[in-house]
Amino acid sequence: MLTKEETHNEFFTMGHTGCSGCAQSMSVKLIMEILGKNTIATNATGCLEVFSTRWPESAWKIPWIHSLFENSAAVASGVEAALKAMGKKDGITVLAQGGDGGTADIGLQSLSGMFERNHDVLYVCYDNGAYMNTGYQRSGLTPFDAYTTTSPSGKESFGNNRPKKYMPEIAMAHRIPYTAVASAGYPMDLQKKVKKAKSIKGAKYLQVDVPCVPGWKYEPKYSVKLAQLAVQTGLYPLFEAEYEKIISVKKISKKVPVEEYLKLQGRFKHLFKGDAGRAEIEKIQKIADENIERFGLI
Amino acid sequence: MKQVLEGSMAIADGVRMAEPHVISAYPITPQTHIVEHLSQMVADGDLKAEFIMVESEHSAASVVLGASACGVRTYTATASQGLLYMEEVIYNIAGMRLPVVMTLANRAISAPINIWNDMQDAMAIRDTGAIMLVAENNQEAYDMHIQAFKIAENQDVMLPVIVNVDGFVLTHTFEVVETIDSIDKVKEYLPPINMEYKLDVENPYSFGTLGEPSVYMESRYNLYNAMNFSRNIIIEAAKEFKDMFGRFYGGLTDSYKLDDSQTVIVAMGSVLGTIKDAVDELRESGKKIGVLKIRSFRPFPEDEIVAALKNAKNVIVIEKAICPGKGGILSVEIRDSLFKHKINSVSVNGYTLGLGGRDITPKNIHDLVARAEKEENVDGEFVGLSQQYL
Amino acid sequence: MDFKVGIIAMPGAALSNKTGSFANETPVFKHKTCTGCNLCIYFCPEGVVYGDKKTKIYDFDSDYCKGCGICAEECPVDDIEMVLVEK
Ligand SMILES: Cc1ncc(C[n+]2csc(CCOP(=O)(O)OP(=O)(O)O)c2C)c(N)n1
Ligand code: SF4
Ligand code: SF4
Ligand code: SF4
Ligand SMILES: [Mg+2]
Repeated sequence: MLTKEETHNEFFTMGHTGCSGCAQSMSVKLIMEILGKNTIATNATGCLEVFSTRWPESAWKIPWIHSLFENSAAVASGVEAALKAMGKKDGITVLAQGGDGGTADIGLQSLSGMFERNHDVLYVCYDNGAYMNTGYQRSGLTPFDAYTTTSPSGKESFGNNRPKKYMPEIAMAHRIPYTAVASAGYPMDLQKKVKKAKSIKGAKYLQVDVPCVPGWKYEPKYSVKLAQLAVQTGLYPLFEAEYEKIISVKKISKKVPVEEYLKLQGRFKHLFKGDAGRAEIEKIQKIADENIERFGLI
Repeated sequence: MKQVLEGSMAIADGVRMAEPHVISAYPITPQTHIVEHLSQMVADGDLKAEFIMVESEHSAASVVLGASACGVRTYTATASQGLLYMEEVIYNIAGMRLPVVMTLANRAISAPINIWNDMQDAMAIRDTGAIMLVAENNQEAYDMHIQAFKIAENQDVMLPVIVNVDGFVLTHTFEVVETIDSIDKVKEYLPPINMEYKLDVENPYSFGTLGEPSVYMESRYNLYNAMNFSRNIIIEAAKEFKDMFGRFYGGLTDSYKLDDSQTVIVAMGSVLGTIKDAVDELRESGKKIGVLKIRSFRPFPEDEIVAALKNAKNVIVIEKAICPGKGGILSVEIRDSLFKHKINSVSVNGYTLGLGGRDITPKNIHDLVARAEKEENVDGEFVGLSQQYL
Repeated sequence: MDFKVGIIAMPGAALSNKTGSFANETPVFKHKTCTGCNLCIYFCPEGVVYGDKKTKIYDFDSDYCKGCGICAEECPVDDIEMVLVEK
């Protein structure tokens, strides 16, 4: 049972200014339900930081700090070091957070440093596939052929011409104790992974697929549906790894053609015009099929 | 205890006496020896601190930022390119009012790449909101680091303090330094850090929020005010240090043979040694000349400067950095201070020398004194250029 | 001198911001076919849905609901319906 009063006591509260239907805020809520009071969080510049802490408001009821765009992992390293120095590390989770840009592009160096030093920090990357806070520009995690404001489609372009960088494998290459990929579409799976990460000492990486209403251009009610379709098409494989070894994958229950996923989103609208677009959709299907093969999703 | 110490060792030992909880750094010449000494102290158990050897200066500053926000004492050190790489974080540390202490082993900026001393790096961060002190010799560097923590952590200041020491000239030179024997005495001078707001699960504040146009200016005003107020605290810290340990180098500035001086040389850092020697010689030949030492570059000691220079005729400012497109930096600020106080009888001559490790010789000083008598308000002209390379 | 201005906020202070005013639509929990699966609680991005598995009575906090429609879209038994907000 959950009462109205109890909903006001969550460690990530309502009253923030995220878009209606934002899957990033949904994921933060789910993660904070597991991590609870004894958590200190850092946050890279990005949507979450802006919509959760407009002074004098804050949606956080845990100690939280935003410094810059590219240093969330380094600030978290400092928090962990300070807790150790005070003899207070036991029982406190250090959570570092960033968007896909703050994590895989500009923040990759400080993240790599944190991993390699194996700080006892859980790093969560909220992957909405672009720089949303600044108006949907391309990032290294923007999917192939997606329209963004800096990878627009046009007479000479089908949008982003590079496949998504495989960030979880970059994390695994650091031989950290735990890497996981989750999705806002599967909250129990997400929370299970957070629980596991919380119980492991050392550096952990969790990447969460979080659909973004204005960036992906869809009706807000479809956030969960899209997150689930990304998994069921094979475009967003969910798995867990310990060190370099994958230990579990979320199997696809019913394989869905990528078209079903693409057609709900304005960012892929240009692929539904003519034969050339069809050929592009084939390429995206190939990416999904390769994922299914590589991760054994079926 | 009197010891012959390398400047870097003296600095590391001063830092050790302050017992920082978290140290983070990335190597760059001429800062390296400082952090090497500190990591050895940690390895030997002589300093109980978390030493985080990071992958970049940006992260070094970010680690101490995160640690400082947790309410512990923190320290980092860098130079030159490393400082520029950190600059974004230094603004952020100051803006968030975190009392990080840092050594800046002053070094030239690339290109051309050059590892030797000047103060261009320091000048590049003068508006960050960090307090910037400048040490003249290794003894002052040792003492100044202990004072720096006291200033930074003052409840009404709460700003980062950067201690400038000339790269190589101080960091790699051995001098006699009197170290403090009793860490308890240092503790008495510098009580444990006590921050009202910190990252604490029992009092969970949010740090680094979005300051919209309605509050951003007020936030910056508070920082500006704290920086102004820190003048009192810097002076107080120097005086208390004198009472307790017997050594004093002035508050925001220090003066040397100033009383009847018609010519005054203004400078910061190790070059003051050469200048004072030259001034002694000039005094012997009957010249009314003295020296004004800037100990605190930020906050800028405007009142002290005006008081010291208002009766002079000729002021010579040693510029160890250049502002292309304008001229001098320190001399401009001095001229402005006098102008604001409606003093127009003083000619302030800024001369640029010593860039990228070029020696500043006693002869340079003698020449400038002669030159300045014939010139007026020189704005950062280069001195001693090799014609063959022009 | 209050140096917190612009940089340090109090825990949960965002609760004073009633984001319910964003909503163009609002859910109606029909209390007819509900199975108590809790999905509406899990999926609400704002965390404003509450209820009881046993009684199968679920509801939401209109002060903060942004009217995204996810709860209605995801309810497996269509026991939630979106209606226009009268403004
Ligand atoms: C050094 C620096 N460069 C650029 C920016 C501008 N900037 C702020 S947030 C942001 C995009 C954030 O994207 P992401 O990390 O994916 O998070 P999202 O907003 O999508 O959740 C950018 C480009 C900045 N704040 N700092
Ligand atoms: S732009 Fe996207 S990520 Fe940002 S708040 Fe809106 S929905 Fe969430
Ligand atoms: S409409 Fe959206 S915000 Fe409102 S209760 Fe349903 S899921 Fe939550
Ligand atoms: S999602 Fe529907 S069935 Fe499930 S608890 Fe909510 S109202 Fe009941
Ligand atoms: Mg993003």
